[in-house]
Formats: sequence, C-alpha cells, structure tokens
Amino acid sequence: MSDIFDQTRESKEEILGKGSARQFLTFTIGQEEYGVDIMTVREIKGWSETTRLPNTPDFMRGVINLRGLIIPIFDLRARFHLGLTEADAKNVVIILAVDNRTIGILVDTVSDILDTNEEQIKAAPASQTHAKDQCVDGLISNHDRMVVLLCVNKLFDTELLKKLENFSGDKTQA
Amino acid sequence: MGKKILAVDDSRTMREMVAFTLKDAGYEVIEAEDGKNALTVLNGVKVDAIITDLNMPNMNGFDLIRALRGNATYKFTPILMLTTEGDGSKKEEGKAAGATGWIVKPFNPEKLVEVVKKVCPLGAAA
Amino acid sequence: MSILDQFKQTYITECFELLADMESLLLNLDCDAADNEQLNAIFRAAHSIKGGSGSFGLDYITDFTHILETLLDAMREGKLRPTREAVDMLLKSVDVVSQMVTAAKDGITPPQTLGKELRKQLEQFVGQSTAEISPHQEESQPQEVMATYDINFIPHENLPSTGNEPLLILSELAGLGESKITADISRIPTFAELNPTACYITWQIELKTAKTLHAIEEVFEFVSDYCDLKISQRQNIQENIATPNNPQLAEEISPKESNRNNAIATSIRVDLEKVDKLVNMVGELVITEAMLKAQTRHLADEQFQGLIRGIDELSQHTRELQEAVMSVRMQPVKSIFSRMPRIVRDVSAQLGKDIRLVTLGENTEVDKNVIEQLGDPLTHMIRNSVDHGIETPQQRSIAGKNPQGVIYLSAQHRGGRIVIEIRDDGAGINRSKVVAKAKEKGLIAKDAILSEEESDQLIFAAGLSTAETISNISGRGVGMDVVKRNIEALGGTITVKSELGKGSLFTVSLPLTLAILDGMIVRVGSENYIIPITAIIETLRPQAQDFHRVEGHNDVIEVRGEFIPVIYLGDVFRVANCEHQAGKTLVVLVESGHNKMGLAVDELIGQQQVVIKSLEANSDPVKGISGATILGDGRVSLILEIGDLAFMQPGKTNFIVKAA
Repeated sequence: MSDIFDQTRESKEEILGKGSARQFLTFTIGQEEYGVDIMTVREIKGWSETTRLPNTPDFMRGVINLRGLIIPIFDLRARFHLGLTEADAKNVVIILAVDNRTIGILVDTVSDILDTNEEQIKAAPASQTHAKDQCVDGLISNHDRMVVLLCVNKLFDTELLKKLENFSGDKTQA
Repeated sequence: MGKKILAVDDSRTMREMVAFTLKDAGYEVIEAEDGKNALTVLNGVKVDAIITDLNMPNMNGFDLIRALRGNATYKFTPILMLTTEGDGSKKEEGKAAGATGWIVKPFNPEKLVEVVKKVCPLGAAA
Repeated sequence: MSILDQFKQTYITECFELLADMESLLLNLDCDAADNEQLNAIFRAAHSIKGGSGSFGLDYITDFTHILETLLDAMREGKLRPTREAVDMLLKSVDVVSQMVTAAKDGITPPQTLGKELRKQLEQFVGQSTAEISPHQEESQPQEVMATYDINFIPHENLPSTGNEPLLILSELAGLGESKITADISRIPTFAELNPTACYITWQIELKTAKTLHAIEEVFEFVSDYCDLKISQRQNIQENIATPNNPQLAEEISPKESNRNNAIATSIRVDLEKVDKLVNMVGELVITEAMLKAQTRHLADEQFQGLIRGIDELSQHTRELQEAVMSVRMQPVKSIFSRMPRIVRDVSAQLGKDIRLVTLGENTEVDKNVIEQLGDPLTHMIRNSVDHGIETPQQRSIAGKNPQGVIYLSAQHRGGRIVIEIRDDGAGINRSKVVAKAKEKGLIAKDAILSEEESDQLIFAAGLSTAETISNISGRGVGMDVVKRNIEALGGTITVKSELGKGSLFTVSLPLTLAILDGMIVRVGSENYIIPITAIIETLRPQAQDFHRVEGHNDVIEVRGEFIPVIYLGDVFRVANCEHQAGKTLVVLVESGHNKMGLAVDELIGQQQVVIKSLEANSDPVKGISGATILGDGRVSLILEIGDLAFMQPGKTNFIVKAA
C-alpha cells in the first residue's frame, strides 16, 4: 500500500513542481470529511484489536503490533468528543509519521487523495469547538464538500491537551 | 605490471592510511603490525617493496630491515622507512641497516606516492 | 580536506586505546626496577599518537605529545629515571591528551591553556627549555630559470645493497628536463671478478632544466651516502655541491628479546548498530517461533507428527541462535574494572590513605548495555569504600590492622546472573550511627527497632550521610541511593553486609542481558499482563477472611506474620470484567526493592520467556508499565513495572468501559 504513496509523492513533485503544491489524504468520520498531509501517511490498514494501555484517555485505544513495532492507535472521533468509535473490520486505521514517532488514527473510511495548492487552503473560522481548533490547519472545498485539514503534530500532543482540557491526566502521580 | 607493497606499522591508523593511499595509486598492499609479523606475512608472499615504521614492538624497523637484507629474496628490494621529522639519528641508523629511502611522518599522501614510485614504479619490469 | 580525513575516526579510536594502554602501563610501573620493555611500550604509544596527529592537522596534540615523547625517550634510554613524581606527571599527561583527543573527536579546538602548565613541568623535568622542534629546512625557492647542469654520478659498488636502482634514479633525473646521459663502463671488471649485484657503471649527465638545484639533489637523496656526486651549473659560476657527509652510526643494537606472547586473538570490529539489528531480528524470530508453537498446540499429534517435530527442532535451534547472538553483545567487565586502579590510587592519595585494589574475574562477560550503565555506580561504590570504608593508616595501625587497606573487586557468573562484589577490610558500617541519623532525618520512626540487615540497608536511603565531613570525593550520602536506583533500573539488586571494625561487602546482582525477560503471564479481566519472574516471591490463593480492610488504604493480607498491601490490578488499570471480590482472586506476591505487595489477578496463564519491546518509541510512558511484548497470538501484552505499582492509587473516578 505504501508504494502508492511514494509514487504519488514523486509524481506530485514532478507534475505540480515543488513549492505551493500540497496533497492530502482525505477520510471521513461520520458526516465530516478530514484530510492529512500525504507526506505524513505511511500506511493504511484495517482495524484490529488493540491492547489497552491503562489509565490513558479514552481516545487512546491502545497499542498494536505492526510487524514487530508497537504503535499507539488514537480514536479520532473520541478525540473530537463525538463519542467512542464502535470499531469493526470495516473501519480504517491510518498509520502516520509524526515527529519521530509512528502512530495510528482510527477513522471510518478513507475517501481520496486530494491534489491542491497553498492558495486554495482557507483559514479555519474561529467558531469551531476549542479542541478541534488547535489542530486544524485550514479548510478546503472539494467539489461541494468542505474538508477539514488537520495538523497531525498537534492532534495528540499531550502537553497541549493538558492545557486545553482540564483532563484528569490519569498518569497517576506517585 | 602490478606491484605489491608491504606496509608495516604498529599504529593501525598509519597502516590504513598508507594502504589506502597506495591502493588508490594503483598498488596492491598487504599489512603487518610489527617486524615479526612482517616476516611471517612475507613467508609465502612476494612483495615488490616494503614500507616500515621504526618503532614497533616485538621486532622494530631496524631489525626488520637487517633481517630482510640478510635474506636472498629481499636483499635488493626497496625498503622505505617511516621516520619522524627531526630524527636524524634514526634515519642514519636505518640507512646503516640497509634502508633504501625514507618518508617523513606525518606524510603527505602525494609525497608518499611520489617516493614509492621513485623506488618502485608501477609498470616497470621487476 | 585530504583524502586521509576518513581515517580520522580510526585515529581517534586508536588514540583512546593507546592512552588506556599508557595509563595501565604507568600504573604498573615499578619505579625502582622499571621494565625497559614497558618503558618502550609507553614511548611507542606516545609516538604513535604524535605521528598520527600531524596527518590530521591536530597541532595541539603534536606539540604536547612531542615533549611527552622526548621525556619517555630519555627514560627508555636510561637517561632519566622514572620516579614516582615523573609517573604522576605522565599520568596527568595522559589525561590531558585524552581531553585533547576528545576535543578532536568533537571537532572543537581545546583552550590554549590545556596542558600548558603540565608541559612546562615536563620540560623542566627533561631539562629542556621551551625549544621548538628544529624546523624542516625550508629552502626559499629561487626563480625557476632554465640552466644547464653537468652531473657526475658515481655510485659506490654497493649502492644496490640499499635497494636503490641507478636506472630509476636516472629516469627520475631525466624527467626533470632535457638530458643527455653517457655511461662510463670503465669500472666493470672481468667476468670472473664480476659481482652481479654490484654497480660498476658510472654516468655523466647533461641536464637542461628549469628546476632548482635542490630538486636535482633530491633525486639523489636516498643514495647520497652511496655515491660520489658532482653537480655543476654551466654559466653562473656556482659552487660544486659536495655530498653532505653524514657520519654513520656503528652502534650495535642488540635485538630485544621480547617475552610478550603475540597473543592477539583474531577478531573483527563490528558496528554496534549491526549487532543491535541482529539481536532485534533474532528477537523477532523468537516471537514468530513462539507463535508457530502456539498454533501447533491445537493440532492433532498423529496427523501432524512431522510438523510438530519440525517446530520443536526449530524451537531448539532458535534458542541456540538466541544464546549465540546474545553472547556477541557480551563483553568482559574488564573495560570498567580497568578504570578502578586509577581511581583508587588518586583518591587514596588525596586522602592520605594507603589502599590496594585487587580485581578478580575481569574476563567475566556481560551484555554491553549493562557494562555501559554499570560504570558509574561501580565507580561511586569504590570511591565510597576508599573515602568512608577504609581508615587512615594511623587508625588502622591503632586497630591492629595492616596500615595498607585492601579492596576486592570481583565479578562472576552465578545462577544465570552476574554477581559483582566489592569487599573492603575497612571500618565497616557504624550501625548505631546510621540508625541515629536516619531517625534524626525522619526516615524511620523514632522508636523503630531494626535488625542488623535492615540497619545496613539504610545506607541506601536518600539524604543520608554520616560522614563527619562531607567530602567532595563521594559527596553526600545521596550517592548510595542513586547507585541503588541505577542498579535496579538495570533489573539488578544490591545488598550490603557489614561487620564493624572488619569491613563491608556490597553485592550487586545483575541479569546477563536486558532484552529478554522471564515473565509470568497473568490474566486480569480480559487483559493479559506480564510480571517479571525475578520480582515474584510466591503466588497465594487467600481466602476471603485473610483479607483485612484498612480504612483509607489498600486491603492487606497477612503472610507469615507480615502485613502486605494488596493491589487490585483491575482497579488500578481500570480493566473491565475483572474479579473484585476478595477471596476469588489469586494474589501474586511481588517485591521491588523493599516494597512487598500482593497483586490481585484473575488467573495465572503461564510462564514464558518474552522479548522486551519498547513502548516509548512511539507512545508516552505509562505508569505501571515498563514495556511490551508480542505474545504467541500476535497480540501485544504489557509488562508490569512493579516499582510503580506500589504508588499507584486505584482510580476513584468512574470506570471507563473498555471498547470492544
């Protein structure tokens, strides 16, 4: 699966030239459509049972074994306070490279690869809920749909989360 | 015609640098870490020239040169000493032992190749 | 940048090796009966370091090692005696050079002051003023002007014995310009008298060249002693250059009989990365093999005889491979033990004590990781022994002991672990003092009564120091608790046994390798966790009545007179569907340091050797979990961090229903 992304990256650079061109992988959660920069996407796989890590926020579904590597899976729906995803084999997990970590996000379905450029991306209006606000890079319209572009680095930054929500951490103090 | 050189030095770094420089210039190079080792290595392998350090354990450069000069096979083989700048007496001692010439440490790679080619040019008839 | 820069790293690595050799040789040098071979070896090391430094432009190293080399040369020639003072200076020099090499390694230039003072001292010792190395005769290059030279080259008959070849010399000469070479064969004797290896021919060369006279002389550089050479320049009357007369040294050099066995074991250098990769791959193999084995358990024996047998053999081979690969990472403890003599020497000198260090079992092998982490704790303990353990010579004499104290440092394999012991014949731990101090600091209750062992263990408590003066050698008592923590972080244990007036014995026990763990798999609700076997004391199946409720604290159970807190893993980890009722759970008694606790679990699944995988590579650390592993069914299972569990409160807030 990852070859497709490598190829797409290469052809994107060829065709559109470097500079303002951007490419996103879009996916759905419920009725909403989101996108992440394709450069961060490593792999797409189906949902499989995770091993829960104790005392972690509920959007942290646990870890899985990805060919020998232990990777945490985050429930994006839960992250946006829309409830826990009832995951089954039809759900998709997108494996992303964030900073020097590899993580996975649980989404409903994967839609498309969107070719665009910087100019097309509009800033997000300030009326969104706080939590989402911080990790939204911008908005873009795809045909008649609005795609919310996410900044993967900010999505699960625990420091940031602690600041935003008075979340009880639950990394139990000694 | 390919020429083979034996580089003898107890410093690994020095050996590797000499070997690299000469290989780069087209020579074949084998290594030994002291005089005694050198004699062992030469048993069964013929070389066209020898470059040796003087200060080594087990058998130093001078003894090696003398041993080689006493051997029918190596009596006339070019032997170059690696000497330190300002060490006139060691150079003399080496010459007395039968050394062909010398290269001063720290050596300039081009100079090393130049000196080696002087006494053991590539392509010349043995 | 020269093509030789790629060797800089090799040079630096070699320098560190040579410096270690120098230090070890210097420490073993008997000032009164110095072994000349040793002095030679020390000289050669300095010589090699100096030699290489020039190639990489490391002038500060060249300059400093030059005086070092001069001093050592004088010593090996017998011109200077290796006094204790000199050896101390040389040891300090080794440190200075080490700092310089480190600077070179990091690509920075060390401050000008580095070694300056020491250098002056060395120069004084040698009796030299700050003389510079006589610079190479740098001839000013005269203008290159075409000139014609007449060269008379008369080789001595024995010129070929130097390995020089007149033909090559003439070729080189000819290469300088236009030449006309005439050979004179008048010297050649009759055939009968002819020595085929002698040179009888002489030559006259007319050379038209723009090169300098120096360039021409250089051609004959190597044979200047073995020929008569006359070079005269036509036109511009120039003095004939006679060959420089170098006196030949007729010194007899007796070949030194070296007793040193050339015991250089064949070895190759391997990138640590490659080894780690190999270890990881074998780890994966172990996991896959376990998976296969798990699958075969469900197969009917008769039908799949061959397959089952094959997988059994595979298991065997995998285990063997695993052991072999682990052993690749094993290294002798020698590398850390070798630091200790120096430390003992320096610290005891500083404190005016006389102490001898005896090391045993230096070749005992341990995983490289363990070695790296062991250095600091061991160093601290040795310093501690010197500082607080062993008394001054006067005190010892008064006590009827040998004024010289002894510290034994040993390593050995024992029961699948490596055991390191540090034993000293010093004053031992003053228990009453330690206990008093602990009570004073509030570390234990004022009226607590402790056994001898418990009192001794107090030295590992943070904030304790009973030294009259807190020396800056081993500092405050905060040292030993850090040592303990470091050792425990490696999965090891440390204990102390002491006898007042006689001495102390510290025992450190470490696992041989870090990456594989013997674990007990336990089930809590629908989750499996792994408890390191080394932490398990025993497993109990207590009845409901054995549990005692304590207000505001964990439940406790009584085990052989001890009251041990019970931790319900299900609560602490908020696992759904787990057993809460006392009496229905199993309790695994575990220990971490001095914390004993009982972990309440639903079921024991079994014992298994697991490969530890890091969680932290991709996730934030989780309290209570030290790592993860992949079980035979491919699922991730978490390994418990017993040390954390003692401090974890069960979550008081609502449970999170685990998603399916």
